[in-house]
Amino acid sequence: MTTEKSAATREALGPTLIELQNSGDFDLIVVDADLGKSTSARIFQDAYPERFFTFGIAEQNMISAAAGFSVMGHTVFATTFAVFAEHAFDQLRMMVAQPNLNVKIVASHGGVSPGEDGASAQSIEDFALFSSLLNFNVCVPADVIEAAAITKAAALTPGPFYIRTARPKTSIIYTDGPQFELGKANQLREGNDLTIIACGLMVERSLIAADELKNNNINARVLNMSTLRPLDTNSLFAAATDTGALVIAEEHLSHTGLGAMCAHAIASSIPVPIEFVGLDRYGESATWEEALELTGLTAEKIVSASHQVLSRKTT
Amino acid sequence: MSADLDFEKSATILAANVRRHIVKMVYSAKSGHIGGSLSSTDLMAVLYSKYLKHDPENPNWNDRDRFIMSKGHCTPVQYAILAERGYFPVDELTTFRQKGTRLQGHSVLGKPPGVENSAGALGMGLSFGLGVRLAQKLKGMQNSKVWVLMGDGEQNEGQVWEAAMSATHHQAAGLIALIDRNGIQNDDFTQKTMRSEPLDKKYEAFGWNVLSNIDGHSIPEIANAFEWAITQDDAPTCLIFDTTKGKGVSFMENNPGFHGAPPDDEQFKIAMQELQ
Repeated sequence: MTTEKSAATREALGPTLIELQNSGDFDLIVVDADLGKSTSARIFQDAYPERFFTFGIAEQNMISAAAGFSVMGHTVFATTFAVFAEHAFDQLRMMVAQPNLNVKIVASHGGVSPGEDGASAQSIEDFALFSSLLNFNVCVPADVIEAAAITKAAALTPGPFYIRTARPKTSIIYTDGPQFELGKANQLREGNDLTIIACGLMVERSLIAADELKNNNINARVLNMSTLRPLDTNSLFAAATDTGALVIAEEHLSHTGLGAMCAHAIASSIPVPIEFVGLDRYGESATWEEALELTGLTAEKIVSASHQVLSRKTT
Repeated sequence: MSADLDFEKSATILAANVRRHIVKMVYSAKSGHIGGSLSSTDLMAVLYSKYLKHDPENPNWNDRDRFIMSKGHCTPVQYAILAERGYFPVDELTTFRQKGTRLQGHSVLGKPPGVENSAGALGMGLSFGLGVRLAQKLKGMQNSKVWVLMGDGEQNEGQVWEAAMSATHHQAAGLIALIDRNGIQNDDFTQKTMRSEPLDKKYEAFGWNVLSNIDGHSIPEIANAFEWAITQDDAPTCLIFDTTKGKGVSFMENNPGFHGAPPDDEQFKIAMQELQ
């Protein structure tokens, strides 16, 4: 991992779509709602204008049209910001999830990290909404390398996807190449005292927290749970069995996101203490790093949650 | 001329059979949307008799037209037409809305074969049809069409107008919207619940080719409208049919009480007599 701010996860989309279409293995259509410059989908438009359709600022129309393209045999990528993908929930439910169509939503500007734009632009409920749609795969890349790998996996895997990417340029985690496997957590640190489970921008913060815990002789396992649905319960149960305590960190409302889904799985199998590092409030305008701090999404919070969960651990 | 007469006769018989199926299905299921099914029966009968390019023996035929049921509560008319045209046995219509049936209350893609989209939440079918039509164009399927059936109450949904705007933007000629203007929505007459008129001028303003005030219960008028629609190659086309909700059963006609309510035993008896 480098500490240099390198790339935003949203930057992977356009180049990866071009690579996929260039391969000759896919019959892609990309649909957009007037945010192609920000989501990087416009790069694909430049390369394949006949395969790119903008629907203007009309997300419900875009999603329903995407479903129409998909029944004609296309692999369809639909791109907008995360908060605006939420705008088309009914369309996603009835026209994509229920008929299990091959539509991939790649939603950028997820979480509170759109920062300066304020609360309306900060999607902190998208994990809950999209995880509630049966048949959907839900993925959140930790860096731009993983974002490209997830985009490819989505193209290769039939059925609907929701992929949340982020606005700010952040560190590269997978400097040696992606380790993404759909439905599998990726272990970034070994450890048996507790397990920190994170996704998206919180993965980097979890690694920083793990390093700090290490200075106090606490060995934290770190799992990048980049697939939220289907949830990797094997890794989750192994973490509970091996380490006996979990901290779950996410840029999302704490009571309805990754933490809630992990707790649901753990409660009915291997109950162990869990602490949650997530949101319980709407954000506000600030730089993206300040927005994370304001809402308690920091390495320090993960460290204190780790001490808290260890104090609850029965040995 | 005699071919026309044969067609009119067969479409009339088909519509009569379909009306009886609709009333029986909703009566047996004790639920279902009878009024809007009866109002669109004649235009569906004409479409499936002559103008829709399809093959019941091969429902997934690549070059077929697509019929998109946007008013997805009106499954009785869709299932009855599909059964009559041979997509599945007519006997299966008795399973409508029953446990284990393929004939779900609202449209589900692929159940039974011939149902091309999932519907129920209103206002989405025109957008879906637009996606299908643009994909057809990309594949060079110039001779295929997409027909989307909507209600007039459905025009309340904002998404319909998103689709209307983008269909002309993307030059989706070959996309044909059919509006079953029966003047009644769930709670009341559309004039009382939400005035959507003038629909013709609205679609015209969005750049569509529009034919309005078509008698939706006259087989020749419906056929003429379809003849005109399939020749429009410069823009998407909208046909607005004036229909009577509950058409064919005297006490259901133009009665907001029969949007989503089944007939009771006595009403069923009278309805079936009237439809003989």
